[in-house]
Amino acid sequence: MKKLGLYCKDFWRYRHLLNNLISRDIKVKYRRSALGLLWSVLNPLLMMMVMYVVFSQIFHMAQMNRGDVEVNFAVYLLTGQLIYNFFSEATQTAMGSVLGSAQLIKKVYIPKYIFPLEKVAFSFVNMLFSLIALVIVMVFTRTPVHLTVLLAWIPMVILFVFNFGIGLILSAGTVFFRDIMHLYGVGVTALMYLTPIMYDVSILPDWARSVIPFNPMYWFVSMFRDFVIYGVMPGINAWIGTGVSAVVALIVGLVLFKKTQDRFVLYI
Amino acid sequence: MNMIEVRDVSMRFNMAKEKVDNLKEYFIKRVKGTLKFEEFYALKNVSLTVEKGDVYGLVGLNGSGKSTLLKIVAGVLKPTTGTAVVRGSIAPLIELGAGFDMDLTARENIYLNGAVLGLEPSFINAKFDEIVDFSELRNFLDVPLKNYSSGMVARIAFAIATVTHPDVLIADEILAVGDFLFQKKCEQRMKELMSGGTTVLIVSHSIDQIERLCNKVAWLDHGHIRMDGPVEEVCAAYKSLDGSAPSQGEA
Repeated sequence: MKKLGLYCKDFWRYRHLLNNLISRDIKVKYRRSALGLLWSVLNPLLMMMVMYVVFSQIFHMAQMNRGDVEVNFAVYLLTGQLIYNFFSEATQTAMGSVLGSAQLIKKVYIPKYIFPLEKVAFSFVNMLFSLIALVIVMVFTRTPVHLTVLLAWIPMVILFVFNFGIGLILSAGTVFFRDIMHLYGVGVTALMYLTPIMYDVSILPDWARSVIPFNPMYWFVSMFRDFVIYGVMPGINAWIGTGVSAVVALIVGLVLFKKTQDRFVLYI
Repeated sequence: MNMIEVRDVSMRFNMAKEKVDNLKEYFIKRVKGTLKFEEFYALKNVSLTVEKGDVYGLVGLNGSGKSTLLKIVAGVLKPTTGTAVVRGSIAPLIELGAGFDMDLTARENIYLNGAVLGLEPSFINAKFDEIVDFSELRNFLDVPLKNYSSGMVARIAFAIATVTHPDVLIADEILAVGDFLFQKKCEQRMKELMSGGTTVLIVSHSIDQIERLCNKVAWLDHGHIRMDGPVEEVCAAYKSLDGSAPSQGEA
């Protein structure tokens, strides 16, 4: 218990570092671009448009109706993208965060989990900007708004925890085995196709439909859509799917990271 | 009161004969049992106590373990065995400018580096002018750091690191930065801190500097403490070392 208190005190002391690193990332990312922060909104919007054109023109998708709820494909696409991009960006940047901070870790004492945490938080901020894009598209397509939209932050916050856990595992792992970096990019792409971002689960073959419940991202995306598009409370499975994966990822991540962090400095 | 207590610290590095940093090689070697390391002790059973108000110097030849010891005290490295305890706040001047981002301006970097050292933004606000005045770089505050010379970067870094009044200051060869006027200024600042009750642990190859600043010295030799005590005795012994003398550590 006393140890836990020490950890909290340590975190409290370095909370400004977290702020500073996030604002540094934002500044560096948009430095010298004419539109600056606006890109955070434009980028998901443009990406969505590309996918919209591809999937509506080539695969003839225009509506993603469920029962008698009519859902515009653009909104369906963007909600999936928003959640999945948060996951892929957060975990991929967190993965290299410890290696990328080698100069710092070798010189001063800093609690090292700050680095993956900062990347996840930075991606979270990016996702919040993407929400503006979602609002624009929803207004434009006259998508009806339900009261449940007020709960849309819940899957985001659970996903934050999940991403942090995965980020801890990956960032510690890559210090010792750089191969993970190359492998993970493939993994994220594969997982993207196993997540119903641009299709509905009903079009999947049976084997894929039996696999998909084991994909945590499926639950995050569907929970977010339940709140934002369909206006219903997610079923118990979605709560278990998101909650359990977040807790497991966090615990495994923390244990693994804590066990290996003292040796980071020798390998970076 | 003992501000720094280093008890029986050993630091072992595994020097892999060949660097294994991919999974396939690792598992093949692991299964074959050919994962070989050469063990190397940078420090072996080193104990050191620094009392409050001491200015403690570490001397020794290259590779004797001075910097490793300093990094252990600063908490950057964790010793393989033994413990290192520091009481109070530490200002590490191990390598200046840790955490500077070359794409940001000096102004932004002052806040970033302050956060790296665990300082409150309000504290940096209050001390901002003092930092800028000390570094004498007011005209270049909004220039990205990548356009600075290394001496200018070092000035900013030193100014931030010493603006606090730490209980313990850990310094590694940092007075070798900047031009001679700035070096004098740095030494002056160090002396101010010392007279303010800060305990200092310092590594330097300049034996003059050690004699000028320190009251106690430890002489490290191949990871062992060969001699420690008052500055005059140890420095005299250290200076009498010549290239032909055998060193204990190799025995």
